[in-house]
Amino acid sequence: MKDLKIPSDLIVQCMHCGMCLPVCPTYNLNFLEKSSPRGRIRLIKEIEDGALPITDDFVNEMYFCLDCQACQTVCPAGVKYGKLVEGERIKIFELGFDKQALVKKIIFRFAFTSNFVFKMIARLVKFYQKSISKFIRKIKIDRLLPEKLIRIEELAPKISDRFSDEILPEVLKPNGETRYKVGFLTGCFMNVMYSEINIDSVEVLLENGCEVYIPKKQVCCGSVMAHYGDIKIAKELAKKNIIEFSKYKLDAIVVNSAGCGAFMKEYGELFNDEKDETLREKAENISRITKDINEFLYEIGFKNPNVELDLRITYHDACHLAHTQKITSQPREIIKSIPGVKFIELNESTWCCGSAGIYNILRYDDSMKILERKIKNILETNAEIVLTANPGCHAQIEYGLKKAGVNVKVMHPVSLLNIAYKMMKSSEKHLVESHN
Amino acid sequence: MDAKVIRQLEEIVGRERVLTSIENRIAYSYDATPAISSLPEAIVIPETPEHVSQILKLANEEKFIVVPRGSGTGLSGGSVPLSNSIVLLMNRWRKILEIDTENLTALVEPGVITAQLHQEVEKYGLFYPPDPGSMTISTIGGNVAENAGGLRGLKYGVTKNYVLGLEVVLPTGEIINIGGKNVKDVAGYNLKDVLIGSEGTLGVFTKILLKLIPKPQSSKTLLAFFNSIKDAGKTVADIIANHITPAILEFLDNTTIKCVEDYAHLGLPTNAGALLLIEVDGHPAQVEEETEKIEKICVKNGATDYKIAKSENEALKLKTARRAAFAALARVKPTTILEDATVPRSFVPEMVEKIQEIANKHKIIIGNFGHAGDGNLHPTALTDERDKEEMKRVEMAFDEVFDYAIRLGGTITGEHGVGLAKKKFLEKQFNEPAIEFMRNIKRVLDPNGILNTGKIFELKPRCEGRLPTSREQIKKYANLWT
Repeated sequence: MKDLKIPSDLIVQCMHCGMCLPVCPTYNLNFLEKSSPRGRIRLIKEIEDGALPITDDFVNEMYFCLDCQACQTVCPAGVKYGKLVEGERIKIFELGFDKQALVKKIIFRFAFTSNFVFKMIARLVKFYQKSISKFIRKIKIDRLLPEKLIRIEELAPKISDRFSDEILPEVLKPNGETRYKVGFLTGCFMNVMYSEINIDSVEVLLENGCEVYIPKKQVCCGSVMAHYGDIKIAKELAKKNIIEFSKYKLDAIVVNSAGCGAFMKEYGELFNDEKDETLREKAENISRITKDINEFLYEIGFKNPNVELDLRITYHDACHLAHTQKITSQPREIIKSIPGVKFIELNESTWCCGSAGIYNILRYDDSMKILERKIKNILETNAEIVLTANPGCHAQIEYGLKKAGVNVKVMHPVSLLNIAYKMMKSSEKHLVESHN
Repeated sequence: MDAKVIRQLEEIVGRERVLTSIENRIAYSYDATPAISSLPEAIVIPETPEHVSQILKLANEEKFIVVPRGSGTGLSGGSVPLSNSIVLLMNRWRKILEIDTENLTALVEPGVITAQLHQEVEKYGLFYPPDPGSMTISTIGGNVAENAGGLRGLKYGVTKNYVLGLEVVLPTGEIINIGGKNVKDVAGYNLKDVLIGSEGTLGVFTKILLKLIPKPQSSKTLLAFFNSIKDAGKTVADIIANHITPAILEFLDNTTIKCVEDYAHLGLPTNAGALLLIEVDGHPAQVEEETEKIEKICVKNGATDYKIAKSENEALKLKTARRAAFAALARVKPTTILEDATVPRSFVPEMVEKIQEIANKHKIIIGNFGHAGDGNLHPTALTDERDKEEMKRVEMAFDEVFDYAIRLGGTITGEHGVGLAKKKFLEKQFNEPAIEFMRNIKRVLDPNGILNTGKIFELKPRCEGRLPTSREQIKKYANLWT
């Protein structure tokens, strides 16, 4: 196991100016310094100096933090706050201070390490959603179930009818000339819950002249586990993906989930002390060529749609896109490229929605307070559609809108682009037909 | 601290508003001042002026020190706890109670965030000019306690120019109201000017009445780059001499430009020797005319490049980056010791040059930036608090900086306050009777010394000379304590 100590250079970089306080979602819930990035860094410093033992409250603070990294974006001193908190979480997890560690280990190690098991569980959930759930409600025994279980049920989006990795073949060629060869991560949640977003993503890539490679043996990227501290399992998963994606000669690996993209861009760092040189080099290469789909489309100069979509649209910045990957303008450019779209900027668009991986399940009450703020801002825009590029945010915002009882649709920017592409194609077809 | 006292505090504000856990105490052991920290015994969160009053009365009875705190962004250690002290946390007092659009005033609670007040009053076409660097999180209460300045000080003045009235809890627990909405008011002593800038040593503000002004109709933000600080300095002098008073007239030296660019990615030329950030505001015609004049002055003084912000958004980005300058300097070295030595503005070029000379002499890096237009400089030593030897040299360098500033008729602090960080320099600036005047005010208002005592100056006279060590020497003083 790697040394669990956090380098003191990372900690002293914080000169406690306090610029992070106004953007921290948790500080703005309780106005307590220990729940701010500056306060947490100070606590971490005391822990690392050996002046404070790992206390319950310290553990609580490390998990109260959403790891949204909004503080990193505003930090003038360039403190890598995410590294500090994630480092402490690994320590807490490894040393056995996380009381939920065993449950997390059992659930996540079992469910995520194999695609097969994960999809099996998804199918069970699907069966439950389709029949048992309604039955339970019909005979009114849902009141007997534990509250937490009911919440998980409500928070979970509907499982897709067919999973994307079963629809999509390993290699797809574009109609015209191949401009780029790209790998595509189907992901875990995206694959079973939002498989249509994966299909949209692949179709958009094909439309833009990409030959798409979808390794059959790819697994979950490992980000969820890494973010609550189970670095061992995260590394195992990362290694599998590194090997699978390295089998092809690719210009880019395209990821449509902000959290996964952010983590795959860290693969290189994750293996920087790896003895196996080829693995280390492969990991570095994967990180180098991984691109968020918005970022990639913008870079290659995506095909501008020429059909009108008369829609009022707003955009929520996923934390792992805006704060971790610093991608904010590219998705907006894509949205604005569609003629007829009225784009309304969302107030506090880079403020976390409270999803934060499995935060909304583990800390439901805190998560809901944060979500409330997001939903209020969304409703103020009067938009018909909220776009966001991360499955966690997608499900969370969908849940919040449903609870608020409003009819606002949540979509991935790429799905909107694909609608425009499809309309273009059908109008071209009409034109051809009318000519004939 | 005695468990009995903690219980009494809990009785006043409620159990959940007295924090004593080690995690909370650590989190309130510091503010934004480098290298100063100390644990408080407890953190108390009052909800009403009456709570504050009762807490202060208890402090007088039980003899503990009360340290008021807003967001903890002060740069002189004013809100850092002392021994046997509690933190009086005011950051939840966030209500704007009234915006009077007829008399142009705002009545606020002390925990209102400065930038939020800006936003709210601007909705009514009004303007609250003071804009300290930390305005996105600093509280109005803290701004008044420190008499905070900011970028717009040159044209619009500082916090004290906008305080009309105060509700204050005195150290002995009485609640008083001073000032009001009157433009003219000479009844009695001008007490509010004693309290503004008193750094939390003379009273706790519970309501603050602020003066507002109409928002300028238009503004323009400009950037000019120079090969040397000297050229930039001459430009500043020429702008003032031409009777132009920009709202903002800031300079950044090369070190600071590099760090700010690394943080904000604005496309600043990192090889520029210095830059000036200038904002003119007012009637559109006047803004236009002054912009032209400034451009000519810049060109005349050898500006290598000159540009006008294209949009309000771009202007905002430039100003935000400037406000973050001091923390951005931490990118070079982790500890940034920021001072605010201020000189009459005609001496700015001379002072800047002297600071560089002192830095070279002591072999330390000093990044320099500041409010060139009003003489308020921010020489910032880039160091590492783990390197004790270098910290020593930094201290020696700043000793010389302050000496030189005072020689030029300047001050040891333009806007950060004395607090703990600059206590030992106060005697350089004032003679003993002047400091004794301050001490006497403190003694009268706070006879038990319970409110942030130990900041600004020592109340007890200092021990002069060497302490007696040999038995014979000590004998002479034996009757003093028997």
